[in-house]
Amino acid sequence: MSNTDFLRQMPGDSRSMSNPRSISQRLHIDIPLLVLLLILAGVGLAVLYSASDGSMATVLRQGRFLSVAFVVMIIVAQFHPEQLQRWAPFAYIGVLLLLLAVDFVGVGAKGAQRWLGIGGFRFQPSELAKLVLPMAVAWYLSTHPLPPSIRHTLISLLLIFLPTVLIVMQPDLGTSILIATSGIFVLFLAGISWTFIASCFGLVGLMAYPMWEYVLHDYQRQRILTLLNPELDKLGAGWNIIQSKTAIGSGGFEGKGWLQGTQSHLDFLPESHTDFIIAVLAEEFGLRGVLLLLLLYGLIISRGLWIASQAKHCFGRLLGGSIILTFFVYVFVNMGMVSGLLPVVGVPLPLVSQGGTSLVTLLVGFGVLMGICADERLVHQ
Amino acid sequence: MRRRQQLKNTFYERRVYRHRVTISILVVMVMTMILVGRYSQLQISDYDIYKTQSDRNRIQLLPIAPKRGLIFDRNGLLLAENIPSYTLTVVKERVKSLDDTLAIINEIIPLSEDDIEQFRKRLSRRRPYEAVPLKFRVSDEDIAKLAVNRHRVPGVEIDAQLVRHYPQGELFAHMLGYVGRISEREVDVIDPVNYSGTHYIGKIGLEKYYEELLHGTVGYQNVESNAHGRILRVLERHDPLPGGDITLNVDAYVQQVAYEALTNQRGAIVAMDPNTGGIIAMVSAPGYDTNLFVNGISSVDYNALQNNPDLPLYNRALQGQYPPASTIKPMWGLAGLHYGVVTPATRIADPGWFSLPDDSRRYRDWKRGGHGATVNLEQAVVQSCDVYFYELAYKLGIDRLHSFGTRFGLGDVTGIDNTNERAGLMPSREWKEQSRGGHWYPGETINVGIGQGFMLATPLQLAVATSVVASRGELRAPRLLASVGEEAVVAPLLGKMEDISKAHWDAITRSMEEVVNGAHGTGRGLKAGLTYRMAGKSGTAQVVGIAAGEKYDSNAIHARNRDHALFIAFAPAEDPKIAVAVVIENGEHGGSVAGPAARKVMDAYLLGKPKQPDPLPAETAGPVVTVSAGAEANE
Repeated sequence: MSNTDFLRQMPGDSRSMSNPRSISQRLHIDIPLLVLLLILAGVGLAVLYSASDGSMATVLRQGRFLSVAFVVMIIVAQFHPEQLQRWAPFAYIGVLLLLLAVDFVGVGAKGAQRWLGIGGFRFQPSELAKLVLPMAVAWYLSTHPLPPSIRHTLISLLLIFLPTVLIVMQPDLGTSILIATSGIFVLFLAGISWTFIASCFGLVGLMAYPMWEYVLHDYQRQRILTLLNPELDKLGAGWNIIQSKTAIGSGGFEGKGWLQGTQSHLDFLPESHTDFIIAVLAEEFGLRGVLLLLLLYGLIISRGLWIASQAKHCFGRLLGGSIILTFFVYVFVNMGMVSGLLPVVGVPLPLVSQGGTSLVTLLVGFGVLMGICADERLVHQ
Repeated sequence: MRRRQQLKNTFYERRVYRHRVTISILVVMVMTMILVGRYSQLQISDYDIYKTQSDRNRIQLLPIAPKRGLIFDRNGLLLAENIPSYTLTVVKERVKSLDDTLAIINEIIPLSEDDIEQFRKRLSRRRPYEAVPLKFRVSDEDIAKLAVNRHRVPGVEIDAQLVRHYPQGELFAHMLGYVGRISEREVDVIDPVNYSGTHYIGKIGLEKYYEELLHGTVGYQNVESNAHGRILRVLERHDPLPGGDITLNVDAYVQQVAYEALTNQRGAIVAMDPNTGGIIAMVSAPGYDTNLFVNGISSVDYNALQNNPDLPLYNRALQGQYPPASTIKPMWGLAGLHYGVVTPATRIADPGWFSLPDDSRRYRDWKRGGHGATVNLEQAVVQSCDVYFYELAYKLGIDRLHSFGTRFGLGDVTGIDNTNERAGLMPSREWKEQSRGGHWYPGETINVGIGQGFMLATPLQLAVATSVVASRGELRAPRLLASVGEEAVVAPLLGKMEDISKAHWDAITRSMEEVVNGAHGTGRGLKAGLTYRMAGKSGTAQVVGIAAGEKYDSNAIHARNRDHALFIAFAPAEDPKIAVAVVIENGEHGGSVAGPAARKVMDAYLLGKPKQPDPLPAETAGPVVTVSAGAEANE
């Protein structure tokens, strides 16, 4: 495949060359992606309305978060990928310092220190790390020839390791795994050798036992044990999983109907606004609803991967690919944990679960992606 | 390779990237298919399981306890009712921390240590998800206080339920008995379905005897409740079948008069209708407040009852076994006539003592010097001559006495519809051999002749035996229950003494009338103001043996060793409507202590409630005082 072949495949290039730039192009907005995200956000609000027992206040609050997040997304989309690349190392060092600060002066909640209070605001540096880590790895790798050599690979792994460890210490296992994963995606997309990947898997296999024994906290071990056999503790740790599986299963193919879910409305389903919201959707809209949601996610991921692969710069490609793959991991982990496939690690369902901070982080990621896209179009013009 | 390491090869990098993205897409697709598979498994393959589980979560089948049947006296006076009472309950499965919850409740409604201790006991034997009572009889004010704090204590509920109440209190204590919370032992016996909503069961007395009748049949309802156990709506309801309301033969007014006649005494009075076997009154004194037992009696109250030397928990009417003493004499007289051992004209010499042939032991009469040179049967009954009956018993022999006594219901339970009845004792040769392992001695027959020795009877048995005399031979099982709802209950006729001639019945009845109405009768103190013919017989039962030649001196004997006072009677003599037996422990004088009690009961039943507020006319109390104590110190 020649270089020109590759370029010719770009859709819309002829239009963008012949027509003056449209408003969306000037604003660096990818219309298909924006529409898909808005649909998803709408679905999320509808499910949240039901999960909150018809509380309009909850829905409006989430609506405000969404508006803010979409505005932030558009602002972020205005940044050129090269600018981000320049900022990446400084952002990385900043985040590391903030994470250190959390471990020493952070605010606790539910036995974990994740928050940093700054003048009345509380924010989680680990949310920043979700974006900054792949940025840093992408920055490092894109300044060197690819595929990365063993040395560059190891240095990249070190970049991944530092914030991950700091987040594990908070302790927040779920987030740390997701953040490490986003860094590893960059490495994978950069083309690290299969031999290396295989040996890493071997190493992880060997490390599994000591991890279980010495690194995991009791509550984390408990979550895994409960996952394997939720019947062990019906009213304690197993309750959430039993109830969410019951909610999903009792929805059947057609679902009980919007606002008709008994598991959620009679308070059997815990965390129905946040991490377990997919169970509300599955109970009320059935397997049909779940498949449509997966289709929606699939379309977003397809569009995201397409945008990322069009990026002219190596940095944009790696970062964009990592962002969209991490987005999928969120979906997979959340839907997997609620349905009892994975341990409950506290990962929200992107754009559907209630919550402000994670929403902003997510849409900042999409803003970065749109920035890459816009940059690409600029080049073609 | 060198070149690639030094310079970035965009084309190659893109190719690697595209390759990796392709692999990623494949992995994403595979993982998505895993999710689809998982959700299909839950929502399609296992749909039925989770649908059921979801319904089981929200829908609960709750039993509805039937309303316990009410108990009325013959005039429709309520003796046992159900009153609403609020109970604080806890469902342990819905409580996060039991200790915290108890602490919070204690802030709102103070709990005693006893409450908590009893609660923990109940908790240990609850059914899953059962609301376990923590505190009974919660006031409206406390309910309001708890309602405000409800969100703090999930799993804690106020349960309004009907609780048994006995408005007449101790008056009917022994007869009605009481209900109490179902015990561990009872749980194994009862029908678990029918009692699934029931917390109380008859423990003793009528409440236990007619448990099945009074309980009813359980109903149920399907309710939708949320995760906190709060019931949101009733989906389906099947009403329970309430227990049967029962009406007793008992007349509460007569019962009250009988109980008051025993004020400050220990004893029992049983009054029954000789024509039907219906119990008109049955009291045991002292009584106790059965309401204390309904929700579990406190250990303080229980110990007080247990340690009371007057034994209030003891149902003397059914469980007290006393020597019938002289009250048995009319029956033995009848036996003598029936077997032809004596005729009404037969006279027996009475020197004041009797002795068996070839035996120097003297069986003394209660009256030193005897009742005259010779006495006939009527005189012997009227004056309660012991010597006459010593000789009569000797002539009849124990075998005939035993078989004749048995025909009056002695020596076996009467079969009354109540619990814990005892059989008394009508001794025989077989009994002596089996229980004592010895021969029957003639001297023992002599004691049976005056209702002493081995002979024992409960007040109820005495009333039944009196009824047999009154009805001229009809032995009936006494019945408290008159009707269930509209349906009347008839007491079974157990036997009829048709072989006894009318002349013999007349002779015995006349002699008993003379006891009250004759100039020398031991019950002559009762005749003042009598408006009907009353037939009776007094008795004074020895509690401790007195050696021959020793004089009974009531002052020297401890109050608890004094003789028991007995009296049996029926009236009107020509057409008996009531038969009464009275036993007053350590009352000493049958005629003058037990007799007036019998008279009061009869007056109350035959004359009805007096119009004036004073329940008992003054003239009935008067003659009792005029009776000289010496006249019947030991009849």
